[in-house]
Amino acid sequence: MSGNSAVGEAAVLAGCTAYFGYPITPQNELTEHMAKRIVEVPGGVFIQSESEIAAINMVLGASAAGARAMTSSSGPGISLKQEGISYLAADELPAVIVNMMRGGPGMGNISPAQSDYLQATRGGGHGDYRTIVLAPASVQEAADLVYVAFDLADTYRNPVVILGDGMLGQMMEPVTFTTAAPRKEYPKEYVLSGASGRPSRMIRSLLFDTKEEEEHNWKLFRKYQLMEHNEVRYETFLLDDADMAVLAYGIAARIAKGAIKRLRQEGLKVGLIRPITLWPFPMKIIQETAKQLGDFFVFEMSTGQMIEDVKLALEGKGHIHFYGRPGGVIPTPVELSRIIARHCYQSQRSKKR
Amino acid sequence: MLIRTIFSGFGGQGVLSMGYTVANTAMLEGKYVTYLPSYGVEVRGGTANCTVVVSDEEIASPVASDPEFVVVMNQPSFFRFQSILQSGGLICVNSSIVDTSCARGDIEVVVVPTSELAEKLGTIKVANMIMMGAFIKASNIVSFDFLMKHMAEILGEGKAKLTKVNREALQLGFDYVKE
Repeated sequence: MSGNSAVGEAAVLAGCTAYFGYPITPQNELTEHMAKRIVEVPGGVFIQSESEIAAINMVLGASAAGARAMTSSSGPGISLKQEGISYLAADELPAVIVNMMRGGPGMGNISPAQSDYLQATRGGGHGDYRTIVLAPASVQEAADLVYVAFDLADTYRNPVVILGDGMLGQMMEPVTFTTAAPRKEYPKEYVLSGASGRPSRMIRSLLFDTKEEEEHNWKLFRKYQLMEHNEVRYETFLLDDADMAVLAYGIAARIAKGAIKRLRQEGLKVGLIRPITLWPFPMKIIQETAKQLGDFFVFEMSTGQMIEDVKLALEGKGHIHFYGRPGGVIPTPVELSRIIARHCYQSQRSKKR
Repeated sequence: MLIRTIFSGFGGQGVLSMGYTVANTAMLEGKYVTYLPSYGVEVRGGTANCTVVVSDEEIASPVASDPEFVVVMNQPSFFRFQSILQSGGLICVNSSIVDTSCARGDIEVVVVPTSELAEKLGTIKVANMIMMGAFIKASNIVSFDFLMKHMAEILGEGKAKLTKVNREALQLGFDYVKE
């Protein structure tokens, strides 16, 4: 099953009943899957909207009405959705947004890239807000993280972004769907469901009173602190005895893993830290690793975006190496292993001196 | 074991479905597998290709820069992909429309006149299945018997009424290639 279809199927199994989208390559199979599948579930709604902006605002409406709502797009489409995502965050409405990244900026191309890291992890739209960002590295993990995404969205009443890339979306791999455990019931005291028999509710983000807006900002901030405390996810690979730690996420981490297996055969002790949540970023494991080794190698399919978070985590400690392939180019494990090996040997030499 | 194969040809020749079928078969055999279609500007009549990686362990990258096997259904694909094939690699060529006189010397070339063979079955539509039968014989990438046995499951319900002719086509291709 392709990554796009797997994300769609998992969303339906996770109880998503409202999908709104506008076509864009390389995520069209997701929209296609939803068109077929979501109408099979009771109350399921699928709308191919007139634009990305319409789609995200439909998500906002469906979420305000209490539905598990989702939209998906890629690069340029996600940019258009930012206004709506900002409103979702301000209104504290749960939603899942899937971004299958492609080469950018502008129209860019339709090849896999990791160009939207900063946009996704820094909120993306206007205002003082954050979104949880999940980065799967395989079709199976993409499906698994969809359940997580919906639960996190409901738990914190905040938009959650699944940040994949064109390759993850297009690629087919075996996938099994865990029969979703009976879903936790989340309090829905904010849902607009008709005010008969209860005081009326209002969902709005317009807060003219500066004091009120400030308090709202701090309230959101406290929520983000909770996420940073509770929701960090990462995977490590052969890190225990490593002299150098590679940092990569998503499909790049997978290529890095292949490279590391080769390097281990050459006797180079290289390990991997793969952030699964890009925000909140796994700072602690990086700081702990910095006590054990001094060399960090950041590999991204961009000119370097996650490297900023790595620098923030390291607070000036250690030495950061970088290799990036932007624009939709997909490096091979062999290519990456050669680059890492060169950096390894250089670093060993400079230490001897 | 890690085997990377590129299937290539004109859009409409059943190139992607060849790759998909091999990937599906390998998956049901319990192997790790990735299937990556080429995507974007390809149109019917243009060139299409897909990459299938089959392995005993987790696959790092679904992209093949130097594949072990290549299956080629048209001339442009032959030029493009024989050049990246590993030394000693295997290339299966649709010799009905592809001229292989300029093939590299360090690779194994298997020629299959798919159109002529397909005529025997009365339909050109199964040319890709003939090629796949031949490819499986030459490469041993998946079990031919397993594919034949689980044909309906692998190809899906939509192709149920074509099971018989598909079987014949696969067998024809499989038998065409000598040990």
